[in-house]
Amino acid sequence: METFTAVCGVAAPMMHINIDTDQIIPARYLGGTDAKGYGAHLFANARFLADGQPNPDFVLNQAPYDQAQVLLADRNFGCGSSRERAPKALREFGFRSVIAPSFGGIFFNNCFRNGLLPVVLPIEQVRQLADAVLQSAGRAEVAVDLNSQTVTLAQAGLAFGFSAPETLRQMLLQGVDEIDMTLARRAQIDAWRGQDRQRRPWAYTAPGPAPSSSPKP
Amino acid sequence: MSPARTYFDKVWDDHLITALGQDLALLQIDRLVLHELSGSQAVRALAEHGRAPDSRGQVFTVIEHLISTRPGRGPNESVSVSGPAMIDGTRQASRAYGFHFIDHDDPRQGIAHVVAPELGIALPGTTLVCCDSHTCTVGGVGALAWGIGASEAEHVLATQTLAQAKPKNMRVRFEGPLPRGVYAKDLVLALIGRVGANGGIGYAVEFAGSAIAQLPIEGRLTLCNMAVEFSAKYGFVPPDEVTFDYLRGKAYAPQGAAWDDAVRYWRGLRSDPAATFDAEVVIDVCALTPQVTWGISPQHVCAALDRVPEPSAERDEEARAEAQKALDYMQLSAGQALCGVPIDVAYIGSCTNARLSDLRVAAQVLKGHKVKPGVQAICVPGSTPVKLAAEAEGLDRIFIDAGFEWHASACGFCGHIGDDRFANLRVISTTNRNFKGRQGPLTRTHLASPATVAASALAGCIATAEQGPH
Repeated sequence: METFTAVCGVAAPMMHINIDTDQIIPARYLGGTDAKGYGAHLFANARFLADGQPNPDFVLNQAPYDQAQVLLADRNFGCGSSRERAPKALREFGFRSVIAPSFGGIFFNNCFRNGLLPVVLPIEQVRQLADAVLQSAGRAEVAVDLNSQTVTLAQAGLAFGFSAPETLRQMLLQGVDEIDMTLARRAQIDAWRGQDRQRRPWAYTAPGPAPSSSPKP
Repeated sequence: MSPARTYFDKVWDDHLITALGQDLALLQIDRLVLHELSGSQAVRALAEHGRAPDSRGQVFTVIEHLISTRPGRGPNESVSVSGPAMIDGTRQASRAYGFHFIDHDDPRQGIAHVVAPELGIALPGTTLVCCDSHTCTVGGVGALAWGIGASEAEHVLATQTLAQAKPKNMRVRFEGPLPRGVYAKDLVLALIGRVGANGGIGYAVEFAGSAIAQLPIEGRLTLCNMAVEFSAKYGFVPPDEVTFDYLRGKAYAPQGAAWDDAVRYWRGLRSDPAATFDAEVVIDVCALTPQVTWGISPQHVCAALDRVPEPSAERDEEARAEAQKALDYMQLSAGQALCGVPIDVAYIGSCTNARLSDLRVAAQVLKGHKVKPGVQAICVPGSTPVKLAAEAEGLDRIFIDAGFEWHASACGFCGHIGDDRFANLRVISTTNRNFKGRQGPLTRTHLASPATVAASALAGCIATAEQGPH
């Protein structure tokens, strides 16, 4: 898993509410069995014109925001579908962090598994960051530090603390494989299930038709 | 004496294997449902990492997301370019791993969230996850169900557990008798209009109140389907006699003595009378009328008989800006009457509103009438059992005679996966999302109940069934 410690770079302001995952990556680009290739379709509907040319009015097509590593957005960023290709597309484009007052819950979880840090800050603070970025024509860099849990925009003297869920924070900092972490608890899980099976035996066996086939040896 | 707990608290506690630090809980997952879009990613990742499924008997795969809705479709037929490979990959993997597998031509096939309650895969007091945000639908039978990403699904495959942060408790009470012509879809749209599309962030939502007690399971499924549209990952109706009557005898539900034990256990999960909720919303349904969305978020909604609201009526500056963008995108003006706006397409389908009761309501409106010439009218039943039951009742004839296309079951046109049929068109739809481009490039989607969609199909413009098209 990709780690995250800190990032300092260009921040792109997209101060809209309810930026949903259909906007982040339209469903027609979700197909395919490749692990990569989604950054090219990030915000495709807004980023490209009907003829496929870049839309000059779209922020990520404008320098220096085309090099942005931090995204500033308004509330409910990433609402909508569970598509994990939304954080993948953001990460592939070059983003390492999204700062917003709130996030769609499934998207929020998906970010941590894709090396992208979602940072929750009050809207007033996100707006201060966005205003300072715009005033500097994008040159003022925003720093996000997961160790100290701070967001700073040194040029405007802005520094804000945030709080990431501790377990997810450690996962990102250390790049721990979450599945390995859980499998290390095998004995604890088995013991718990032993008791749960007494209470809810029906939850463990689906009585209907048997599974489709026996597993491969 | 233990402190009073909500239904949600009890289900959560009964799945809590261990706390992971201050903020996360490792939960037992009772049912994992996979489909060929994200499921294939999860299964492939599992294999690539050299891992095996932990509890294959608790994993169910349904072919439904990318498979074509064309009657007589082939096993890998899809309008998505990458559909065939994803469908077949998911099929092969599901068979190889020995998951419960429901293929494109299985008589039990359908949209996962329609199939899961139909087969008793979703049960009260169980945790059920699926790589689809509308997994919360099956909260309608009292399951604690939520959408997950493909990485989380890989974790569930490998461990049959998942780490989650515990949300806060919200109760939404719908009180009063449901007026004639008002359906579960109208309830949930009205709720989202009231609390906003982000009103449920960080909450698990219990739906309650006298209107819900009276609501059949299919309506409860519609209601819970759209919990995620106000950004609650979880929405559910705690089980009652209606739930037990619905689930008794379903193929994957417990049988015999196990059923009795399960019902006893489920009855004990109800919210304690003294339980407190972190937030409560009460909606009086007595005065509700059919709802239709006018914008690009489900919160952009009003009564069908109303006029498109002024952006200045929105609660804050950002919402006003979004409302203005919505009007531009939707090619509507503030103050314009919604009824009478000409439509190009009427769509009945999706995990929200394509169950048998939905098709019956629509057929009642359509019977003996014709779709307005020039309007494309499409019905995609929520599952193959729904389709077959509708055909047995002759509903398919009513739809077809009225001028509707009658499709095979799948997710269909709810999301745009490659068919540009709705590009640049105005669609009135029984689906759940009116996001920009959701149903196609520049497609303008209006969300409404099946009754309203059927009435609009006949009128050729937004119309309510009560109002009557002719």
